[in-house]
Amino acid sequence: MSDIALGPTARPTPAPASDEPTIETRELRKEFGRIVALAGLTMTVPRGEVFGFLGPNGAGKTTAVKLLLGLSRPSAGEGRLLGAPLGDVATRRRVGYLPELFRYQGWMTAREVLGLHCELARLPRGDWDREVRGALDLVGLAERSDDRTGTFSKGMQQRLGLGVAFLGRPELVVLDEPTSALDPVGRQDVRRIIGSLRDRGVTVFLNSHLLTEVERICDRVAIVDHGRVVAQLAMADLQREQGTSVRVTGIDGLAEKVAARYGTARVEGEWLNVDAIAEAEVPALVRDLVEQGGAIHAVVPVRHSLEERFMTLLGVDGADGVDGADAAKDPDAEPASTGRQATP
Amino acid sequence: MSSLESIAIVARLTLREAFRRRLLWALAGLTTLIIVLTWWGFSRIAEVSPVTGPVEMLGVSQVLVMLAFMFSFVLVMTAVFAASPAIGPEIESGLLLAILARPIRRSEVLLGRWLGLAVVLVGYAIVAGYLEVGAVGLTTGYLPTDPAMAPLYLAGEALVLLTLALVFSTRIASVAAGAIAVVAYGLAWMAGIVGGVGEAFNSEVLRGAGIVARLILPSDVLWRGAAGALTPTQDVLRGGGVASPALYKFSPFSGTEPDAVWLGWCLFWIVGVLAIGIVLLRRREV
Repeated sequence: MSDIALGPTARPTPAPASDEPTIETRELRKEFGRIVALAGLTMTVPRGEVFGFLGPNGAGKTTAVKLLLGLSRPSAGEGRLLGAPLGDVATRRRVGYLPELFRYQGWMTAREVLGLHCELARLPRGDWDREVRGALDLVGLAERSDDRTGTFSKGMQQRLGLGVAFLGRPELVVLDEPTSALDPVGRQDVRRIIGSLRDRGVTVFLNSHLLTEVERICDRVAIVDHGRVVAQLAMADLQREQGTSVRVTGIDGLAEKVAARYGTARVEGEWLNVDAIAEAEVPALVRDLVEQGGAIHAVVPVRHSLEERFMTLLGVDGADGVDGADAAKDPDAEPASTGRQATP
Repeated sequence: MSSLESIAIVARLTLREAFRRRLLWALAGLTTLIIVLTWWGFSRIAEVSPVTGPVEMLGVSQVLVMLAFMFSFVLVMTAVFAASPAIGPEIESGLLLAILARPIRRSEVLLGRWLGLAVVLVGYAIVAGYLEVGAVGLTTGYLPTDPAMAPLYLAGEALVLLTLALVFSTRIASVAAGAIAVVAYGLAWMAGIVGGVGEAFNSEVLRGAGIVARLILPSDVLWRGAAGALTPTQDVLRGGGVASPALYKFSPFSGTEPDAVWLGWCLFWIVGVLAIGIVLLRRREV
């Protein structure tokens, strides 16, 4: 894929007309017969942010995306997209969408598929050529632009889908598992493209199972389970939520009591783990432990990963059985960020 | 975006697909072959036995009606097999998801699909129908009762089946949608024969059954219209020894052109069934 600046929407995206959130839902509910797919989705997606939407299989993520885009009607509740009620047809002109199940007319060339979507999105005819060329360059399909999409690999089809989603300077781009068929290079490209969209003030709604990916590119995440948002947090806050592990001996039974003044403490062998402790209070904690007769062997700062937070919120001890823990499947994944085992 | 523009976009897409997938080429090639064979065959008939008297005219008319029935069958099958995978399978495969996320209504997608396929079918019926009638007329001199209307009735019959299969495709898998539409077409054709028997033998029950079947699926109304338009004039029938034209017309390969009421019903039926299809598609989860 080419440099971001060469994208189809290299012109600056017009500034949003208002400070109204891009997406706002209240108790959005969807039932399929007796099955409740979405129990009551309440969330707010601010403008210009990259918003991660996470949850295990069956949590209602794809249902929520379809409700937001007006592809499905809610059974109850309400919501607004770019200031308009959900389902408003005209608003879709301002939205780009890559479906999880991406497929395009196999008898058309990539160029023709993009041209069709220019037409469907009602872009001015004079802009079509530039938009199509820009999208092809952006997703790295310029050399295959005149090949029928029926001959494309799954990864190439997903790249085409990304190009389709980015056509016409959308104010909101909804990406449902945008890297599921891409190789590591493609994933990196997608991350870069999403970053460039954010720089231009475009809101990106990212539905992904890959927590490491989400952690790298999102400004904010919502974690959904059993059809409800169980947490919505800014990644900056998550990064600030540090803990400290202290390897201390000589004060059996007292360490936990001392540490409780600074945060949530628990002892595992010689390690005293203190969560939610302010960084500035760590020296005071160490001093108190020493004053109580403790011998300090190591002090290790601990950063909580999104995956840990995800598991905690879902009440899951391990990664098994939870899609959100698919970092293990992510070839791009970094080592676990928790640093307790690190050598001081 | 206006509805008409949206419908036109989908109709153009459908036409391009028909062209690209060689549906139009296949129809054009087969039609050319049939016209050439018709020309050759009727020329041989005219050489062996000049078509001058009413008996010969009657014979030629029967061959022409059988040819029309073949065209009717091709049109109906093309309508069913093109329409039955046009909506549902595209939703299931994800093909329509990206389109429906654009500023376009589901009703516009359905009507655009219908319009695109209708242009293919009506175009084919008109071109092939007039060429066929023209070939027979030029080689034999036979002029049916209403040669101008016959291809239009065939086109109308194809539109009825197109509408039925397309509406089925909003909810049913393509194979099932196509099979049900074909069976319905066959039943309507048989019911037309039953109704014709009722007419010929003055049976109220059979006549009523035929009328009810035609109300439910009016394809046979239009087929009988095409057959009636291609049958000989009353003078030819009498001269050919047909004592009772009413009895003659109960045959499934003859008929009577529909009056304005039946034509109005056909139009109303198509519009009504499309409206049902729009409701079904709107309520469908994608």
